[in-house]
Amino acid sequence: MRRSLLFIPGNNPGMLQTADVFEADSIIIDLEDAISLFDKDSARNLTKSFLESFPVQKEVIIRVNSIDSKYFTEDLDIIVTDKIDTIMLPKAMPEDIIKLDNLLSKIEKEKKLKKKIKVIPLVELAKSVLVIEEIVKIPRVDGVLLGAEDLASDMEVSRTNDSVEILYPRAKVALACIAAKIEAIDTPFISTLDIDGLIKDANFAKSLGFKAKACIHPNQVSYVNSVFSPSKEQIEFSLRVLEGSKSNIKGAFSIDGKMIDKPIIERAEKIISRAKRFGLL
Amino acid sequence: MKSATCGSLESNDCLITVSESDILDIKINSIVYDLFGDAIFKVVLETLNQLGINNLKVTVNDKGALDYAIRARLITAIKRLEK
Repeated sequence: MRRSLLFIPGNNPGMLQTADVFEADSIIIDLEDAISLFDKDSARNLTKSFLESFPVQKEVIIRVNSIDSKYFTEDLDIIVTDKIDTIMLPKAMPEDIIKLDNLLSKIEKEKKLKKKIKVIPLVELAKSVLVIEEIVKIPRVDGVLLGAEDLASDMEVSRTNDSVEILYPRAKVALACIAAKIEAIDTPFISTLDIDGLIKDANFAKSLGFKAKACIHPNQVSYVNSVFSPSKEQIEFSLRVLEGSKSNIKGAFSIDGKMIDKPIIERAEKIISRAKRFGLL
Repeated sequence: MKSATCGSLESNDCLITVSESDILDIKINSIVYDLFGDAIFKVVLETLNQLGINNLKVTVNDKGALDYAIRARLITAIKRLEK
């Protein structure tokens, strides 16, 4: 369960060392776009050495290079160990994820890993959006990140402040993830100094069904966490709903004049589950 | 003489240059040399020993890198030299 996922360049020791300092629920160590072609080997070795030396107390996600790049195989060979939790696959199509799934199964067996590595596909091609229902059904897939910048490039449209150009992909990805009971993770907000814009963008994503948002700067994390956490009022109301449901076994009952029935009880359970996960209860 | 580098001169990092040599020659320049010069030398030497290397010129320009970063930069520089 995540609210914020912070990108950290895999070739920057100063930033890797602060991975645990920020309040992000997950860190995404980037071996792809943040790393120049010359430093792919350097980033991979630094990331490996860092993870062997410092246990990170949060989900460790590695964004590897795309499956059709010459760096992909070596990324997996070096980086997949018990020290990581999840592989993020750029420009993912269903066949790529299935190939990655098979490779991970092989590596897990060979290295005798104690855990099953999860996969977060990055949906950043128009054709990926159109097959999102297939992507979310692949068992190892644990969430989907919408990558709006590459997607806009693929669509040959400009990014705008209100993101109207990605409304359909956003809604489609969120709905598909909800149906598959995995997390939809929203695209990063790239104007790192525009906090009001970030909050507005995150709230809109939340209204579509996104459960988390990627961050590209540490100063975004607390705001994103705040948006994707249950509010104090939601938690208090949900506790009353769950308390009421214990003593009302007949079905519907009312709180403050509002009818409480099964869907509201289920929503309350989800809110309390998130509140507990994020230390708000 | 063939050489290769890895790393940067940014804070918390180091720039390591390795060159072919008939002997082992380790030079360290560090902003924290007085406190950690010996420790940096030890990390370099241990890494070279693990790789079975005893004839290489290594120059470390350190800007406060921790052991894991020095080790990673050295290994990458050596792999680049071998290419």
